[in-house]
Amino acid sequence: MSAPPYAVELGLQSCHDCGNVCRLDDRECPRCWSVLHTRKPNSVARTWALLIGALILYLPANLLPVMYTDMLGNGSESTILSGVIEFWRGGSWDIALLIFIASVVVPCMKFFVLALLLVTVQRRSRWAMPERARLYRFIEVIGYWSMLDVLVVALVAALVQLRAVSTIEPRLGILFFGLVVVLTMMASMSFDPRLIWDAEKNDARQPR
Amino acid sequence: MPDSLDKSDAPHADAGQPEIRQRRARISLVWLVPIAAALVGLSMVVQNWLSAGPRIAVSFITAEGLEANKTQVKYKNVVIGRVTDIGLSEDRTRVIASIELNQETEAFTREDAQFWVVRPRIGAGGVSGVDTLLSGAFIGADPGDAKDTRREFIGLEEPPPVTFGVEGKRFTLRTGDLGSLGVGSPVYYRRIPVGQVVSYALDDDGKGVVVRIFVNAPYDGFVTDDTRFWNASGVDVSLAADGFKVNTQSLSAILAGGIAFRAPNYSTDTEPAAENHAFPLFNDMRQAMAPDDGPARFVQMRFDQTLRGLNVDAPVEFLGVPIGRVVSVNLDYDEHSQSFPVVVGAVIYPNRLGGAQDKLLAQINSDDEERNARLIQVLVERGLRAQARTGNLLTGQLYVSLDFDRRAAAVEFDPHTRPLTIPTIPGSFDKLQEQLQAVVDKLSKLPIDSLAGNLDDSLSELRKTLEQVNGSVLPQLQSTLERAEQTLGNANQALAEGSPQRQQLGDTLKEVHRAVRSVRVLSDYLSRNPESLIRGRGSDTAPASFKGGATSRELNTEPQ
Repeated sequence: MSAPPYAVELGLQSCHDCGNVCRLDDRECPRCWSVLHTRKPNSVARTWALLIGALILYLPANLLPVMYTDMLGNGSESTILSGVIEFWRGGSWDIALLIFIASVVVPCMKFFVLALLLVTVQRRSRWAMPERARLYRFIEVIGYWSMLDVLVVALVAALVQLRAVSTIEPRLGILFFGLVVVLTMMASMSFDPRLIWDAEKNDARQPR
Repeated sequence: MPDSLDKSDAPHADAGQPEIRQRRARISLVWLVPIAAALVGLSMVVQNWLSAGPRIAVSFITAEGLEANKTQVKYKNVVIGRVTDIGLSEDRTRVIASIELNQETEAFTREDAQFWVVRPRIGAGGVSGVDTLLSGAFIGADPGDAKDTRREFIGLEEPPPVTFGVEGKRFTLRTGDLGSLGVGSPVYYRRIPVGQVVSYALDDDGKGVVVRIFVNAPYDGFVTDDTRFWNASGVDVSLAADGFKVNTQSLSAILAGGIAFRAPNYSTDTEPAAENHAFPLFNDMRQAMAPDDGPARFVQMRFDQTLRGLNVDAPVEFLGVPIGRVVSVNLDYDEHSQSFPVVVGAVIYPNRLGGAQDKLLAQINSDDEERNARLIQVLVERGLRAQARTGNLLTGQLYVSLDFDRRAAAVEFDPHTRPLTIPTIPGSFDKLQEQLQAVVDKLSKLPIDSLAGNLDDSLSELRKTLEQVNGSVLPQLQSTLERAEQTLGNANQALAEGSPQRQQLGDTLKEVHRAVRSVRVLSDYLSRNPESLIRGRGSDTAPASFKGGATSRELNTEPQ
């Protein structure tokens, strides 16, 4: 075995909070007193649960209107996709693309990537392990960009309050969308990327 | 490696009990997140499903101002639904707006619910829907109260004048033509707008118009079975003995048309009329307020004279009371006399005779139709004749007068022919012509020529006389006048200031004065000394004026 040994093989584990290397026997980190685990506890199940929750909430987030615009008494509600279509038709394809990426592409990619990672980890697949690790880092970085939509609505609703002339109000959809973003971020946080590499070991046991 | 793993497991096995409990708890807690999300989603679906109201389709002529997913449906400005889709009907003549109503809007799916597009409108009656200029059109809705519901409606092009739930009554008016009335035209009661025209339609046979009106509560109580409705659209100008009168309703009624109603003053009926009661619509107030004419009778009259100026609708008067009108004026040909009599048809309303008719009819025992014929027979026997008279000297308009002429020759009258024919006598204008002819005849008999010759002689004599006067009398008169003037000049001179005559006159007057004073002194003296007339004047008794004293002083004070 040319690869360096696993910490478990050396009877060691690292503390999640302070990174201190402890013995496998220790229950608590001798330095910061946090509970020790070899892997994030119950990582796969937690990630699944949060992912499914986010997926369910993603439906109302897209179906319900996120914003109510009232221009000179002519009020209309728009959902995320109808807003994208409106911008696209209005000629602002760049803004349409930005909103589309932030609110549709990124969340969908996260759902897909997390689901892929979870499935491959559970199957202890050794397929494209470095790429999967990179994918995980990527979605962790881009995850919070989805909050762009929520911020835009919050900002615009706060600014455009011109009484009779023009009013913009947030609608329920944006709450669900925000929840979706939070849940996906929590899901990606609760996923332990080391599980990807655990497949290298022939041991079929579920790591803890 | 397995050893180390076993080793790591060993302490866990020792403290296995808490581990298991902890794991169970962890699993259930994490899975709460998707369950909660699912519950929230599910609850929203359920709520959406529960709150979804009925879906209906309303067709309009045009989709102007309507937008899918934007146009709202409002009732009393409350949003009760919105348009979800706009499409064309199968035959492409109308647009169909699919509408999703909110919950609890079942009343708007009843058969008599109404939908219309609210747009800015400007009409004679006013301006409406200005707010939609900015906000865009919306669909107005009005619920119904029918039992049956339906899903497809035909939208109105104009807002309904009467909305659901407004208290009041609907009535039906029948008229010959619509005039300037329209949907929304106001209905006035004593010039107060109390309702409006809701709809109008042609009769089934096309011979009249049915106008439906709505009178708001509480004014609907003033509509009784006796109430008369008339068209108040126009300007009523009348020239009567008491002057020139213009009678109108409000300005908007003149422009937009209107209906007025009122019960005649003599009406004692105070029971409100039933809903949908039908009334006739009169052309003006005078007609409307006239007592009921009752059934009309058709009569004929034959005139052997020209009837230029007798028009259809000319009045037929009985002793000066209008009881009917002319409906036809036709030529006929009489073979015996080879003349062209004029046959005038007229309708008369026996009821207009009022009390006279009742009393006359009471004398005759027959059925209604027969009685009228018999009545006319009786009247004709008494000398009733029709006569074309000049009603207006300026325009030469004629009217038919029914009057009693005791000198008229008796004529046959058959009460069984229809139509009844009333005998005629020549009109007043004909009589006038005859009289004029007589005057002209007399004039032509006058000896105009000899009269003119005599007149000529007399005139020449007069001229001679005048010449004489001019030639001799006038010069003499002039010289006389000159002399008179001289005389007056002399007189003037004689009386002038400083003239000898005047001086002499003054002297004379002084002398007279003195004489008068002497006489007074004498008389004074004599009154005191009457004996002096016999004895003469005593030496001691000098006249007062020479001695002085009381008397002389008195004398001196006299004016000179």
